[in-house]
Amino acid sequence: MAEQKEKFTFSDELVSYIKEWKQKRGNLIMVLHRVQQEFRYVPKEAAERVAEMLDVPLAKIYGVLTFYHYFKIKEPGEYNIQVCMGTACYLKGGDGLVEELENVLGVSEQEVTEDGRFSFESVRCVGCCGLAPVLVVGEEVYGKVTKDQIPGIIAKYQ
Amino acid sequence: MALTNYILVCGGTGCESAKADQIYKNLLTAAQASGVGDTVQILKTGCFGFCEQGPIVKILPEDSFYVQVKPEDAEELIKEHIVKGREVKRLLYDKSESKKHARVEDIQFYQKQFRIVLRNCGFINPEDIDEYIAREGYVALERVLGDMSPDDVIQELKKSGLKGRGGAGFPTWLKWNFTKDVEDDEKYIVCNADEGDPGAYMDRSTLEGDPHSVLEAMTIAGYTVGAQMGYIYIRAEYPLAINRLKAAMQQARDYGLLGEDILGTDFSFDIEIRLGAGAFVCGEETALLASLEGNRGMPRPRPPFPAVKGLWNKPTVINNVETWANIPVIILKGGDWFAQIGTEDSKGTKVFALTGKIRNSGLVEVPMGTTLREIIYDIGGGIANDKEFKAVQTGGPSGGVITKEYLDTPIDYKHLQELGSMMGSGGMIVMDEDDCIVDVTKFYLGFTVDESCGKCSPCRVGGRTLYNMLDKITKGEGEIEDIDKMHQIGKAMKKASLCGLGQTAPNPILSTLRYFEKEYLAHIKEKKCPSGKCKELISYYILADKCIGCMACARKCPVAAITGERRKIHRIDQDICIKCGICYETCKFDAIYVG
Repeated sequence: MAEQKEKFTFSDELVSYIKEWKQKRGNLIMVLHRVQQEFRYVPKEAAERVAEMLDVPLAKIYGVLTFYHYFKIKEPGEYNIQVCMGTACYLKGGDGLVEELENVLGVSEQEVTEDGRFSFESVRCVGCCGLAPVLVVGEEVYGKVTKDQIPGIIAKYQ
Repeated sequence: MALTNYILVCGGTGCESAKADQIYKNLLTAAQASGVGDTVQILKTGCFGFCEQGPIVKILPEDSFYVQVKPEDAEELIKEHIVKGREVKRLLYDKSESKKHARVEDIQFYQKQFRIVLRNCGFINPEDIDEYIAREGYVALERVLGDMSPDDVIQELKKSGLKGRGGAGFPTWLKWNFTKDVEDDEKYIVCNADEGDPGAYMDRSTLEGDPHSVLEAMTIAGYTVGAQMGYIYIRAEYPLAINRLKAAMQQARDYGLLGEDILGTDFSFDIEIRLGAGAFVCGEETALLASLEGNRGMPRPRPPFPAVKGLWNKPTVINNVETWANIPVIILKGGDWFAQIGTEDSKGTKVFALTGKIRNSGLVEVPMGTTLREIIYDIGGGIANDKEFKAVQTGGPSGGVITKEYLDTPIDYKHLQELGSMMGSGGMIVMDEDDCIVDVTKFYLGFTVDESCGKCSPCRVGGRTLYNMLDKITKGEGEIEDIDKMHQIGKAMKKASLCGLGQTAPNPILSTLRYFEKEYLAHIKEKKCPSGKCKELISYYILADKCIGCMACARKCPVAAITGERRKIHRIDQDICIKCGICYETCKFDAIYVG
């Protein structure tokens, strides 16, 4: 338990960011973005701390967290693979990439592999439709991806 | 030493994803190494629009247009083009020997385009305010603050005939005028940059390529309606655009073009960035305002309209990025000039993100009234891989399809609506014979169902019911009555839903039922998917006369459903086959048949 608490300690920058934004109206979403930036998702402990600091009910925070796709309340894999599901990518076989990832990783969408290394999700248009279908791992964008390239892409991060 | 060359590297997200940043860095290093670091200026610009051929590098003054450049090509570009003055032929878009250069205006992709919104994209360094100013940037603001009354600005907008580019097409001047006429000392300006339409990226490219145009326009609006504060609500998924906006805002403040006492007048105006968090419904203006206020992005009934009661219940002007980017030009060149462009019903230009099964995907800006045929065939170069054109989808999840018979329709708000589609924000997705219309419609419905905020039941329940019916049909379980039911539910949703999302969500169904009823019937009655997309309705076979027994498909099959020896005809065991289609993609002899 103590270790858990330790894990979600707010950095000084995060604390001062929240203090700065506390003065502004409509700050909750901006604060949650900053928290997610720090932890890659919004853990329950962090949500509770935000509730305290901004003086808003925890229920309201979860209301917002669960409404917006961008916020994650479960820890993603070390490498979270994003498959673009914009229309252009869909037409060019984005759904096939999702199936293949399921096969290769052995988990379904938004689940994490046993070793905690990978998870994947389909995301809204990432806006490089010229490269469709597109897959993103961290900062790296893979364009014109075919199913048989997937094992090779995953191997790079293993 | 005087500059001899400019090198422009496309810094749009598409090209960045294809390592444009590395190309830029390699060019810098190579220029230094070759001793031409002082005579050549290397810039990263906004999107050139020709995404299909990215990453793009343009070298001035020769106007050489290099395409599909790789980081390792940088050295050759410097050594050959800059040092020796010889173009690198293999990287030019037009490699023909007869022409000395492949000039930008010779490229058919650009010939029918007319750029107002994207005027600076691909020309200037978006991170340098001086370059924007050099192209008449902030002159409109200066003119407005110096010589024009708020009513003059409204008049100019009225003359221009500009309508909102976010989709609905409401006259911009009218919106501004409502807000201007409300007595209140607290008013707001909002830029809607929550571009959620899947397959559309016009606004992102505009912000990445020319952020100052939006800042300038918002400031003009602040002066016109009497607001001191503006917000840009932008998707968190657009980090590059966010960073360029932040940099631009800081530069504008340093130059006295934003903040206190702008340009020495007593008018003060500032802008703040707020991030969206991935909710399509937040493109709807009242939902966007709820989100800006830090809440769940749920729409509310209108009236009162945001122009009168908007952000924190104060009068608020909301326009989308493309609308904003038009404003400085209208002030500079006059409303009359703008009104000459386009059609009776729709003035100016429209930016489209042309994607899908098209040869040249990219960003195109054309005068209103250009026909779909011109965009798809002249600019887009026709259908990729010589397939047959099936339909073009405009308006995204709120729009509909347009078929071959209507390709000569001039594009404007009115005509698209008559055809059962809509302008939307500018996504234009081309489909070919391989795309199943029922499946694509299911894709759009899946999107809107997922994005419905759940507040009103016509949208929440109606959308889900429609989706379930489509799902049934694609699985071969559809019934003939479903078609009537879909019509009924769709019409009810249009009438009874609270906001634009629910009101337009049935459009993809209603429009495809109108043009492609036969294809629905094939799924329902014959239990067949004519395009071979719907898995439950197709089987893969091996054609005996084409199979050469190379074993390629058998090796790739993930479930070992294909049997056969080398040089003997293979067979697919239908009981084992999971219809993944890998054999079809693998076979080089067209021996796999889908039916």
